[in-house]
Amino acid sequence: MRIKVRTLQALMCGALLLTSGGAGSGLFAAEAGEGAEGATQTDWKAWHADFDVANKGALQRGARNFANYCLGCHSLKYMRYSRLGQDLGIPDDLLNKYLVPPGDKPANYILTTMPPGDAEAWFGKTPPDLSLMARARGTDYIYRVFKTYYLDPTRPTGANNLQLPGIAMPHVLSELEGLKKPVYKSVEKRGEDGKTTTEQVFDHFEQVAPGRMNAEEYDAFVRDTVAFLSYVGEPAQIQRHALGIWVVLFLLVFTWLAWLLKKEYWKDVH
Amino acid sequence: MAAVHRPQGSSTPERKGFLGWLNKRLPVDEFIRSQLTGYYAPKNFNIWYFFGSLALVVLVLQLVTGIFLTMFYKPGEATSFDSVEFIMREVNFGWLIRYLHSTGASAFFIVVYLHMFRAFLYGSYRAPRELLWILGMLVYLALMAEAFMGYVLPWGNMSFWGAQVIVNLFSTIPAIGPPLVEWIRGDYGIADATLNRFFSLHVVAVPLALLLLVMLHLVALRQTGSNNPDGIEIKKNITPDGFPLDGIPFHPYYTVKDVVGVGVFFVLFTIVVFFVPTFGGLFLEGPNFEPANPMSTPEHIAPVWYFTPYYAILRAVPDQRMGALLMGLAVFVFFLMPWLDRSPVKSIRYKPFISKLALAIFAVSFVSLGYLGLQPAEGSYVMLARIFTVLYFAFFVLMPIYSRMGQPKPVPERVTYHAH
Repeated sequence: MRIKVRTLQALMCGALLLTSGGAGSGLFAAEAGEGAEGATQTDWKAWHADFDVANKGALQRGARNFANYCLGCHSLKYMRYSRLGQDLGIPDDLLNKYLVPPGDKPANYILTTMPPGDAEAWFGKTPPDLSLMARARGTDYIYRVFKTYYLDPTRPTGANNLQLPGIAMPHVLSELEGLKKPVYKSVEKRGEDGKTTTEQVFDHFEQVAPGRMNAEEYDAFVRDTVAFLSYVGEPAQIQRHALGIWVVLFLLVFTWLAWLLKKEYWKDVH
Repeated sequence: MAAVHRPQGSSTPERKGFLGWLNKRLPVDEFIRSQLTGYYAPKNFNIWYFFGSLALVVLVLQLVTGIFLTMFYKPGEATSFDSVEFIMREVNFGWLIRYLHSTGASAFFIVVYLHMFRAFLYGSYRAPRELLWILGMLVYLALMAEAFMGYVLPWGNMSFWGAQVIVNLFSTIPAIGPPLVEWIRGDYGIADATLNRFFSLHVVAVPLALLLLVMLHLVALRQTGSNNPDGIEIKKNITPDGFPLDGIPFHPYYTVKDVVGVGVFFVLFTIVVFFVPTFGGLFLEGPNFEPANPMSTPEHIAPVWYFTPYYAILRAVPDQRMGALLMGLAVFVFFLMPWLDRSPVKSIRYKPFISKLALAIFAVSFVSLGYLGLQPAEGSYVMLARIFTVLYFAFFVLMPIYSRMGQPKPVPERVTYHAH
């Protein structure tokens, strides 16, 4: 009987998957997506940056986003424009036209023109180099920083961040994302002394002003940028995966042959 | 029914031509006979006996990749971090060499810990192999020094703070502590001078010591011969012409077998190198991708996984001096194993239940302490670390008592071996 119930459940799940996949129109998908995000904003700490670093289109868009929105303040001091062009499949003329700043050479490292002294005076600290940010803090961290900016009039920049409270960086992408404010809910907590206290905890964001992008477009924008920063953190990773498959396959064949040889020799041992 | 191929006679046949000329001047054939084709190993080795040869393979791997890294690495506060990134990005296959080296460090400890646990299982540390065990322990100590100093070289933030914590442990030594620490660092803090001397020690001094100790370890092994899973001496059962009945020549039988082990090892190893080189932050930690910064302490300072059992013991003790002392003891106590174990049998196969239970508790304690050492020292983690620290030491301290308790199973005359 139990098996039958299991089978039934599996069938139903399969059917659901089919409908959502096959008949899932844009509207259906959007609804599901929005519902999921609205309901789970409390769990922002569990958000994952879903991206594929082998997707060159995403990396190219990420490079564009970086040049447009980040390079004003942040450097990629271990990365050359030319390497970017090679790895991302950007032709030289387009690289020179869109990514290499006027007066810079493709072989140069990607450096911001903002003087560090000024940066410190303006923001309180020099904006960090982003070459290794994805490796040091993780891609999920960067994703959450971009997704949890909110209005906070008490901050000099007018913005604060759930992932990095007291963030010095203004919300430079607010023109794309729009402005949002946090909505808190009261939660009763039982302390160690047994008394219940009420605490305000973050529940969800409320969009205050629209940006140029809707939620989905902004999410894709952030994911492309995160994919790009992941690539920049370790440019060899694409090459690494491609080469690794062959190395492991070779070693499997080698080990199999070695095992046959061992078996042959050990026939003598009784 | 072919018999085991054995070299004839005790001396090597005369050779003519160049090899004859060579052998008159250099004992090539003699060496191969005495160390490989005429060296007899028990035929009943199981999977646990792969890790010795694997440790040797990883040692060579570390030396070779280390040589190439040294060609591009530039020690110095201002240059170390940048040169590592230069290797990762601009040196041809630099990323591969670096990952082989960094993964190799962890792999070294994995195979060495399994190699040591094998000795625990089958009593390989016991007479007549006490010195073999001690030499092996010295290899382990040199390896720890090598790994610690190597970890400082990339000059990431965890390199810096890890060095800070570990070097400061020496300051707990009464009287000479503080000046000793200053002497080790060459400065009032972990600085350029420290980095450069660690580089020197990491690439010259400690590898030399390691090679010497490994050689002595092997020479001592050749003298006593290998133990085996039954914990009996194969030299006791000799054929009329003087060969151990249960022994087979190391070459070709164990050379071909070990090649299979090396193959399996490298499959697993390259999967890590090519697909998960940071191993989720266990082999290469996130904070170490930020340059050393004396002004910013990482949220949790934790050493790499292979030191975390001892680190957990250090933090389990409220008093820092006692903690450091206990941490040192946790390593040193291994040296005493040959004299702590009073069991009438060597192998776990024939030991009574209480000894099996003790070893199981020790293994669980060691792994648990390793896990706890990676966690922040707060709340129930501290309590657990204390419990496992007590169990860890109880295994050694009570060994002279419990190893004599219970009735061991009868030990067979000949090794247990089933031909495949």
